[in-house]
Amino acid sequence: MKNKNTIEISNLNVWVDNQYILKNVNLDIPEHQITVLLGPSGCGKTTLLKSMNRLTDLYKELKVTGEICIDGDDILKSKRNIYEIRQKMGLLSQKPYPLPVSIYKNIAYGIKLKGIKDRKLLDYNVEKRLKEVGLWDEVKDRLHSSPDTLSIGQQQRLCLARGLAVKPRLILADEPTSALDPLSSKIIEDLFKKLKEHYSIVVVTHILRQAKRLADNVVFMHYGEIVEQGAPDQLFTNPQSPELKKYLVDGN
Amino acid sequence: MRYRKSFVELFYKILTGIACYSLIVILGYIIFVIFKKGIGMLSLKMITTVPSGGYYYGGEGGVLNAIAGSFYIAVGATIIAVIVGVPAALFINSHLQHKPRMQSFIRYMLDALWGIPSIVYGAFGFMLMIYLGMSASLLAGIITVAFLITPIIIRTFDEVLNTIPKGLHESALALGYTRMQLAFKVLWKQGFPGFITAVLFAFGRGIGDAASVLFTAGYTDLVPQYLDEPAATLPLAIFFQLSSPIPEVRNRAYAAGIILTAMILIISVSARLVSRKFSKTNLK
Amino acid sequence: MKFRVLQNISNSWMIVSLCIILLIPFIIGVVLYSKSIPVFEITSIDQLLFSSTWKPTQGLFGFLPFILSSLYVTLISFVLSAPLCVLAAIYLTQFASKRLVLIMYPVIDILAGIPSVIYGMWGILIVVPFVGETLAPLFNLNSSGYSILSGGIVLAVMCIPYVLNMLMESFKTVPMGLVEASLSLGASKWESIKHAVLKKCRTGIISAFGLGLAKAFGETLAVMMVVGNVVQISGNPFDAGYPLPALIANNYGEMLSIPLYDSALMLASFILLVVVLLINLFFRYLICKTQRK
Repeated sequence: MKNKNTIEISNLNVWVDNQYILKNVNLDIPEHQITVLLGPSGCGKTTLLKSMNRLTDLYKELKVTGEICIDGDDILKSKRNIYEIRQKMGLLSQKPYPLPVSIYKNIAYGIKLKGIKDRKLLDYNVEKRLKEVGLWDEVKDRLHSSPDTLSIGQQQRLCLARGLAVKPRLILADEPTSALDPLSSKIIEDLFKKLKEHYSIVVVTHILRQAKRLADNVVFMHYGEIVEQGAPDQLFTNPQSPELKKYLVDGN
Repeated sequence: MRYRKSFVELFYKILTGIACYSLIVILGYIIFVIFKKGIGMLSLKMITTVPSGGYYYGGEGGVLNAIAGSFYIAVGATIIAVIVGVPAALFINSHLQHKPRMQSFIRYMLDALWGIPSIVYGAFGFMLMIYLGMSASLLAGIITVAFLITPIIIRTFDEVLNTIPKGLHESALALGYTRMQLAFKVLWKQGFPGFITAVLFAFGRGIGDAASVLFTAGYTDLVPQYLDEPAATLPLAIFFQLSSPIPEVRNRAYAAGIILTAMILIISVSARLVSRKFSKTNLK
Repeated sequence: MKFRVLQNISNSWMIVSLCIILLIPFIIGVVLYSKSIPVFEITSIDQLLFSSTWKPTQGLFGFLPFILSSLYVTLISFVLSAPLCVLAAIYLTQFASKRLVLIMYPVIDILAGIPSVIYGMWGILIVVPFVGETLAPLFNLNSSGYSILSGGIVLAVMCIPYVLNMLMESFKTVPMGLVEASLSLGASKWESIKHAVLKKCRTGIISAFGLGLAKAFGETLAVMMVVGNVVQISGNPFDAGYPLPALIANNYGEMLSIPLYDSALMLASFILLVVVLLINLFFRYLICKTQRK
């Protein structure tokens, strides 16, 4: 079980106008673990995350080569349905971006895209996902009002629930707590620890402490390259590369 | 299901693309029609002579009177609009910097002003003119057009001033600048390219607008010498000549159309170039 | 000392010019209204707005035909231009390459800058013959081409750059993250636009349309050149019409020679001002409110 990988990335290169954003990235994301991508701002963490569900397609100037395999299927070359591939992953971005519809419809959105219109099934799913992120009791009386009425922390959990509703195998979180207050951040972090039983999780962060708290597996990146990766105790107590050593010193 | 989704996506991409490209086609078509119709009659004489006696029956002459009139009116109105508009725009961005509600209220009013149709300005200008005991003249035309383009100058200039980083304001004030010095030294210098764009933009509107000068500027076959003389304008010259039953006169209206379109094209492209250059230097 | 004086002068100069500008709409309104009082004194407001008899020499002023013509022309221009604007705005903000956008900006600029008389000339040369000789026979109708429909078509083209610009401004405020979120849930780009972008911009779209309508309502010269200028009430778009702005522009010459005529025309200007200003104030307010959020 431990050795099974959800995503296997090999020789991934991303560049724009001869300038590398990601260089020769080889990375395996193990199942049912939290993998933390750590590194200073601008080191390509977010780009790596976005290439995993091909949001890089949105930026036409980006050139991508290499392999990103999910279930043995290379999504970069795959002629298979990109929409289905993206539904295997739930994305959580830096700021919550609730869709401009009601709380209920936010969660039902992804399910409806799958073609499911059965009201009972939708109701069941909305309740289940909201409970999963601990939001149900807070919003059950106003499911049909706008998510603008929620606090930022609640909105972020709503976005998480929305992502879970499409039954992903993987959660991609891009600095998910950077816009939140410490209390809401803690709720999200605790959620991640709980959710890893059922999902594999990738968290991008530049906060060292968060990495220490969450990680089962740390990947340290610097200028588009993976410098070091491994278990957190080993990596943080005994860093090998000068970049990580410096980062650990400055970070504390 | 999966193919349908991609198909729908492609369909809308093509549909919206067609809508977008059709705008280029429309613009090209309008310019093509104007140029094709008028190019035969276009000559140096058109822009260097005033109408001769039999001009409106197909006789000799050109539209110099209208070109000059339009030019005088647009220049005069732009000068007034700059005198009134520039300090107003600077004021919004210097003295009112710490009153954002006031700022957005003023911008809101100016935007609404921008929307008032030019025929209403024309009717108002006409009433003002009668009230002041003036007759239709260059000056009355200038004043009316000035009313029309002042909000344009303020808002266009203000948009650019608004993009100047607020940190600059603070550091200038911290250095002991008064708000007036901030306005006329710092903001003015930083926003100068925006000022040029605003002036060009307003000038183009002044040259092209007809409904506001219809009542106020009068019409004459001569190049106006003084402010109290009536003045012809290019849009009105085209308008009047188009309604003539004589083909030669109509043809000359088409040629005058080319002249007007070319002027607007030049003004509009140079305004765009200035603002693009500005946004480039702004990025650095 | 000299500095103080200079400072005071420029301060008051700035404030005075700003006040003048902000007072303009009120001054215009007051002047036009006071000039239209005489016609109120002999005719009731109901009669002015809802009577269709227009006989200035007999002192009968019914604005209904003009108001209806204006509304009709405006409506046609809206129906023709609105879908095109939305589609083009979607393409330019969501699908188009940066190169195309760079090309399109000057195109929109120039379209917006072309004077109304040139649009009118184009209308006479192309739209009028097209409506009269091609479209009308298709419906077995006789039309000179100088008609409400021609006016609507010319107006539609004139309003496109104006509305398109506002729509693009509105679409650009939608954060990329929202589209990304929708995509990552398995939506296609188009589904994301439909469910996220267009919904998020609802007020922006409505406001752009409203402001476009106001602009079309007040547009004078181009419409007047192709609309036929016949005082009548007709539901047929191939018939000639006579919008309010054209009424004002066409009769300024004789309005001082017939009693009350000038007053009636000033009333027409006043109606135009009030309608356009109110629409503008309302939709600009909506835009401001959503932006603040």
